[in-house]
Amino acid sequence: MNVPEELKYSRDHEWAELNKGEATIGITDYAQDSLGDVVYVELPEVGRELEEGEVFGVVESIKAVSDLCSPLAGMIIEVNEEIVDRTDLLNEDPYGDGWLIKVKYNEENESLMTSDEYQEFLEGLD
Amino acid sequence: MKKTPLYEAHLRQKAKIVDFGGWALPVQYSGVKQEHLAVRTNVGLFDVSHMGEFVLSGEGALDYLNHLITNDAAILEVGQALYTVMCYPDGGVVDDLIVYRLDKQSYLLVVNASNIKKDWDWIQSQLPVIRHPVDLQDQSEQWALLALQGPKASSLLQKTIKRMDLSELLSFHLAKAQLEGVEVMVARTGYTGEDGFEIFVPSRKAEEIWELLLRVGKDESVLPCGLGARDTLRIEMKFPLYGHELSKETNPLEAGLGWVVKLNKAEFLGREALLKIKEEGGPKRRLVGVLMTEKGIPRQGYSVTDIEGRPIGILTSGTMSPSLNVGIGIAYVESSFKSPDTPIQIQIRDRLQSGIIAKTPFIRRDKK
Repeated sequence: MNVPEELKYSRDHEWAELNKGEATIGITDYAQDSLGDVVYVELPEVGRELEEGEVFGVVESIKAVSDLCSPLAGMIIEVNEEIVDRTDLLNEDPYGDGWLIKVKYNEENESLMTSDEYQEFLEGLD
Repeated sequence: MKKTPLYEAHLRQKAKIVDFGGWALPVQYSGVKQEHLAVRTNVGLFDVSHMGEFVLSGEGALDYLNHLITNDAAILEVGQALYTVMCYPDGGVVDDLIVYRLDKQSYLLVVNASNIKKDWDWIQSQLPVIRHPVDLQDQSEQWALLALQGPKASSLLQKTIKRMDLSELLSFHLAKAQLEGVEVMVARTGYTGEDGFEIFVPSRKAEEIWELLLRVGKDESVLPCGLGARDTLRIEMKFPLYGHELSKETNPLEAGLGWVVKLNKAEFLGREALLKIKEEGGPKRRLVGVLMTEKGIPRQGYSVTDIEGRPIGILTSGTMSPSLNVGIGIAYVESSFKSPDTPIQIQIRDRLQSGIIAKTPFIRRDKK
């Protein structure tokens, strides 16, 4: 599994790239692999306030429906509209073109894991 | 979890294993969509060894069988098969199954894995009804069942069978055959809507035959397939699955299985209840296909409404159709909404999304 070093991770298998009060959020390689081919994505509106852990959207594979939970509290400033018609990007490039939303945040979420911690967390799941 | 004789082979092939009603079974190998399309265009191989096999034989076998099932086994020639349901006296469904006539007085019943024990007990409980001797055996452990499905299934299988011309094995027929020296039974049946075969293999030979078919099928681009593709393939055909479309709370008439209910048969379990439903104007709800005209994917348990948003039914299965790339589902709806092209809506999370009642099967196949 690919777990980039510079990102933070949640137990719901989302990643966040934190950059001066703005975070890009997506699903991890592990998440896309467990889901299988993503065929449907539902994203929120820009401007919505999210609590930490709040469900902000849905990804569906042929077999499964999976909630998207925000790893951070903050306001949505951008959503990746491209993936709605290109759901394959979530499988092919979950840390790049398959990103989901960008949020503006005030406080970091202390409980997010580093890449080493997340890798360890994944090993514990198998 | 229970394992089929092919469990180790699945692990070697890096299948994703899931718990399916207490069975450790592969949900996918390379991917649901890829496997699904392989079956529609080439050929796929499924392990369905979890299915149950009962053999009913003896002088009273036919009468007994016809007491249990809604279809009429009296029409079966030796080597012929039929699809049917078994009902409770109130018309609720015990299980759906395929009955193969093996011999003059011997029948093979292939039942759903999750219902093996329930079916066995139910069939046993009806024994006192029969005047002539019958022998009932549960052979589920002895048989592995491999489903080879797709337009190229026949050319693949023919390469492994020397002494039989598969073009002479018609749909819903079964024959004994030798696969590389292994005695098997080959049936031209399946659950995908494609031409194909279900091959009954002695459990200890299962792995050998599984590997053989994958090896020989390289030219046909055969893929091992999991339960994920099995489900999407059967949904595209609107084939019912017990626990979804069928249960003890549903009757075969509302499930669209009137064609396997032979009310003109003298007697069978559920006959009076089903006759009454028919006489009172037919079932109040009907099993229909639902095709989305918006992007959402219908799923089991979602509510179906009319265009005003009034609830009219519930989805029993749903998926993204890998062949059509659109959401499709199977639902029970009030009978007045059953006609194709009737506009409906599906409650998907906090939104109502539009769809229509679809003609089924969702896809058309040419079948032998």
